[in-house]
Order: sequence, then C-alpha cells, then structure tokens
Amino acid sequence: MLIRIPKRSDERESAVTDPEIYRQRRVFMQQCAAGMAGLAGGLLVGGQVQAGLIIGTPRSSPYSTDEELTPMHAATHYNNFYELGYKKEDPSRNAAALITEPWTVEVEGYCENPGTYAVEDLVPMDQLEERIYRLRCVEAWSMVIPWVGVPLATALKKLRPTSQARYVAFQTILDPENLPGQRRDVLDWPYVEGLRIDEAMHPLTLLTVGMYGQVLPNQNGAPIRIIVPWKYGFKSIKSIVRIRFVEGQPPTAWNQATPHEYGFYSNVNPEVNHPRWSQRRERRIGEFRKRQTLMFNGYAEEVAHLYSGMDLHKYF
Amino acid sequence: MHTPTAAGWVKPALFLLCLVPAIDLAHGAWTNTLGVNPLETLTRSTGTWTLRFLLLTLLITPLIRVMRTPALLRYRRMLGLFAFFYASIHLGTYLWFDKFFDWQEIWLDIQDRLFITAGVTAFLLLVPLALTSTRRAQRALGNAWNRLHRLIYVATTAGLLHYFWLVKADYLEPIIYASIFAALMLARIRKPSTVSVSRVS
Repeated sequence: MLIRIPKRSDERESAVTDPEIYRQRRVFMQQCAAGMAGLAGGLLVGGQVQAGLIIGTPRSSPYSTDEELTPMHAATHYNNFYELGYKKEDPSRNAAALITEPWTVEVEGYCENPGTYAVEDLVPMDQLEERIYRLRCVEAWSMVIPWVGVPLATALKKLRPTSQARYVAFQTILDPENLPGQRRDVLDWPYVEGLRIDEAMHPLTLLTVGMYGQVLPNQNGAPIRIIVPWKYGFKSIKSIVRIRFVEGQPPTAWNQATPHEYGFYSNVNPEVNHPRWSQRRERRIGEFRKRQTLMFNGYAEEVAHLYSGMDLHKYF
Repeated sequence: MHTPTAAGWVKPALFLLCLVPAIDLAHGAWTNTLGVNPLETLTRSTGTWTLRFLLLTLLITPLIRVMRTPALLRYRRMLGLFAFFYASIHLGTYLWFDKFFDWQEIWLDIQDRLFITAGVTAFLLLVPLALTSTRRAQRALGNAWNRLHRLIYVATTAGLLHYFWLVKADYLEPIIYASIFAALMLARIRKPSTVSVSRVS
C-alpha cells in the first residue's frame, strides 16, 4: 500500500509505515484531519470521507486536460461501485466495508512473470503521474478527475505478456461477507472487466492509486484500479485483485448482465444509441446545460486508430 | 373517528402532509442540499412520490372495506390529484432539465426507449382523470366516470413498467412497489360483492 505519514501521530499507522520504503519512494505524505480508522483508503468519520492522504507531487502529463476539475466531494460522493451499494451515495457511506489491507494482486495467464504482487510492486511510486481525464459514465453524466498512477503498460511490461496474450482480464475483490452489495446477485460477482492488449498497453490507460493528489478513497476503487478515459466508466474496473493474460475475449460484468446494452468495447460514442440513455449529450456534474458528448470522450486523436476498420455500431 | 367535525381539520392537515415532499425538495433545491446531481434527485424523488401517491389512492377502497369507514372516500380525490401533481413535476424535470424542450429529441426518446414510452403513457392516462376529478364532472359523467377512472389501474401499471425498465440491475424497489400494487388489486378482486367504491359515498 501507499505510505502516509500522519502528522498527528497514531500508533497503528506509524507501526505499519516503513521509513525505508518511504525514503525510497520519495513520496511526501501529509496527514489530514482524520483518525486512523480508514487509512486504507476512505477515511470515515461520521460517515463522511475526510480529506485523504496526500500522495505527494506526481508529475504532470501532456495527456491531461485543462478543463475545470469536478469538486473532489462530488467525485467521492456520487459513485457507481455496486460492491458498496447500488445507489450513488451508498459507496461513500459504506466505504469502510472495503478492506484494503492486506492487498495483493494475482497475476496469471500468458506472461513470463505470473505471481502474487503487492500494489507497490506493480506501481512504481517514483513514477507516479497525475492525469486529469474526462470521465464519461454510460448514464450520461461526466466529471473531470485528476487521477494519480502510472501507465498500465509500465506494469504490464514488467509482467512480460507472451504473444498468446491478446486480452487482459481484470477482477475486482470478492468479499460478500464485508461488501454489502455482493450479498445480492444484482451482478454476477465478482465484477470482471477486460481490455484488448493494445488497449491495455495504450499510454492513456492508467493504473491508478490516487486522485486529487491523495490515496484513492475506498469508494473510488482503492487501492488499485484502472482508468480507461475513452470508454464508459464501468470499463475502468475498481479494487483489482486479479490480472489475467488471456487469448480470447474475456467476459465482462455488465455485458454478461445485459448483453444488448453493454458491449465489450463500450467506447464512448455519441452515435451509438443506448436503450436507456441517448449518448449524444451528457451532464457534466455541476453544470445545468448538457454538453455534446465527444467521440471516444474527446480522445479520438489518441485512440481512434485502435479501431480502424471496425464497425463501431456492431462492436459497441 | 371520522365524524364531520374531525374531517374539518383532517383534510387541510392531510393536504399539508401531502405537500411535505414537495416542500422538502424545494427547500433542498434552495439550499443546494439535493446531493451531487440535484436535477437527478428532483427527477427520481418526484417519480417515486408519484408512484407512492398512486398506491395511496388505490389503498382507499380496500381500507374502506376493511375498516368500514366510508368517510375515507373524501380523501381519495386529493391523493389522486397529488399523484398527478408529482407526476407533472416529474415530467417537467425530464422535459426541461434532461431534454431542454428539444421536442424532436423527446419524440425520438419516446420511440426509442421503452421506459420513456411507458412513463409518458402513464402520465397521459392520468390527465383525463385529473381533468374529470371535479364533482361536476363526476355528476355529468355518471356511470362513465367510474369506468373512466379505472384507468388508474392502467396508469399505475405503466408507471411500474417505467420504473422496472429504467432500473439497471437492482430491481428490489420496483418489486416492492409492484407487490404493493398487486396486493391492492387482489384486495379488489377477492370480494365477490365488489361494489364500485364511488357508490359507497
């Protein structure tokens, strides 16, 4: 896990913080106004997520947009994270139910370095970048969020996928005893997602451990998730415990639930009608008027070539 | 309990009670406490209250039978009109905040999206009921009034379908509302001596 140094000392945190790792990673941490309870991610005090822990000063990126940021409170209190409840305000309320320590990621399938990895084995903390991305939910709302992470490609290259690895499959934690949303079969748990290997290796795809300069709050998919900014939000799987390199297109959770509504690709596309939401416009959270939705969420220049020759109405 | 004197203040009190959700929403909108997506909160909440008031309206008939208090009937029209009131705000939030009165897009929406088709249908079915809710219309229509107002069963069914079809995965709440509706309908069918309630009055 990421390291945080509470200013107001706390036994448990100081006990787990390894000063050597701290030094190595040059991660400058600060403590913000909260107790120890939820240090693993969201800090819960009276049901409210307190300001989290500062990750330091990650490098800025040319991939960042200069659009106005969505307030952090909005991005952390309006979440689709069904494991923590099915309503937008549930994940922040139930954030403490996600236990992020200890946390390991199983790496399997067609790669040279399978095994069990800690978060910091996959995410080199001295290479953290801030990426300010548009986030477009399939429900026709959007946000602008400064994520902190490293390109997923950085991590995947270390795992050395073989030529048979044509897709990467991801899996979210399965913990029905603690996660209230997993007690009912609203989705076929655990949540699974997948990317084609070239999508996974694309420099925009971010292996994410923080947002707004802070450790990811639990309701935003702590401790490790991906962000794929040109796809609808549900592709950006949260709280990853398994990465598997596979040959065939892996199953994905929402596609399994409602195949005619959610395709494997789920690229943001204003031209492809969704049975529930017209995808032509979106409401940027905090705005009154709706905006036009952009092809590939405005990342067409970077990613359109991945799909050249494909019928995007068929492969939606 | 339901003596004429009691009814004198019960009705205005009930009226204010029925307004509480609207006042609460207006207050929330004014103080900006409707959450991260306040326009969505407005739409969701008024939709839910429409359904609740429809079910409350449908509750009156079985309640009269069970409690043998025909006086309850005097509150039915108000509950029905509140259902229409919340339905109107609900539709209004969609037309304005969601579509910004882009009629072409609204028409496409009605054609493309079944849950919108069902929702608009439910609203349109409520319109004649609201229009003929006056005592005068009741008298003028006679027996036809009773038949006309059975449309509330169809409108509620359409409203429930609207709810089912808009939900992504968690069907618990629509199932609860549908079960209550089913129970209220069963309560009507069971009694062989089904008498049209309005004749009780």
